[in-house]
Amino acid sequence: MNDIFKSVEDLITQNLPDAKIKITDMTGTKDHLDILIISDAFKGKMIFEQHKIIMNILSERLKTDIHAVQLKTLTFEKALAAGII
Amino acid sequence: MNNPFSVIGGSAVEETNKSLPLEVRIKSLIESSPIFLFMKGSPQMPQCGFSANVVQILNSYNVSYNTFNILSDMDIREGVKAFSSWPTYPQLYLKGQLIGGSDIVTEMHKNGELKEILKLS
Repeated sequence: MNDIFKSVEDLITQNLPDAKIKITDMTGTKDHLDILIISDAFKGKMIFEQHKIIMNILSERLKTDIHAVQLKTLTFEKALAAGII
Repeated sequence: MNNPFSVIGGSAVEETNKSLPLEVRIKSLIESSPIFLFMKGSPQMPQCGFSANVVQILNSYNVSYNTFNILSDMDIREGVKAFSSWPTYPQLYLKGQLIGGSDIVTEMHKNGELKEILKLS
């Protein structure tokens, strides 16, 4: 697996141990990432709050090696209903 | 809302006084219209796909809103990120409250929430 993907994934799971993560390189340049995060930490939270959790975790990386992220946040229940897991 | 001179769609605004403290400058931009967007480029010429996406969504509701091109001012560009604790652009504000960036606006557009909150503006 790609280093940057692995380090981003590790960073998120350090903060959200139950998280299932899928990262896609959107541009081939490894700095525009599409990240799907499934975690029950999002349960009962509005989408802004859900993205905020991830943005806070990634904030230092977004100042350095990552330029943009596209986020999709789901609870396990929502992910099951959407057929993603 | 019945101002005959109001423009439907986005208007890029310029600051009138850059000597004020940064937080005052940021707040006066955000409060310059009920719907406000910090973006890369202008509504007529977005310089980033995510900014273009939010402009396109807002335009589909026939609302008027102000925008500021964060590429034109490094102090604002860095200052807003700290002000909102949100590390990326675009950033959409409704009545001074941060709603989110391109993904959140897209999802709220699809699930109908955006239509509801734009009515309040």
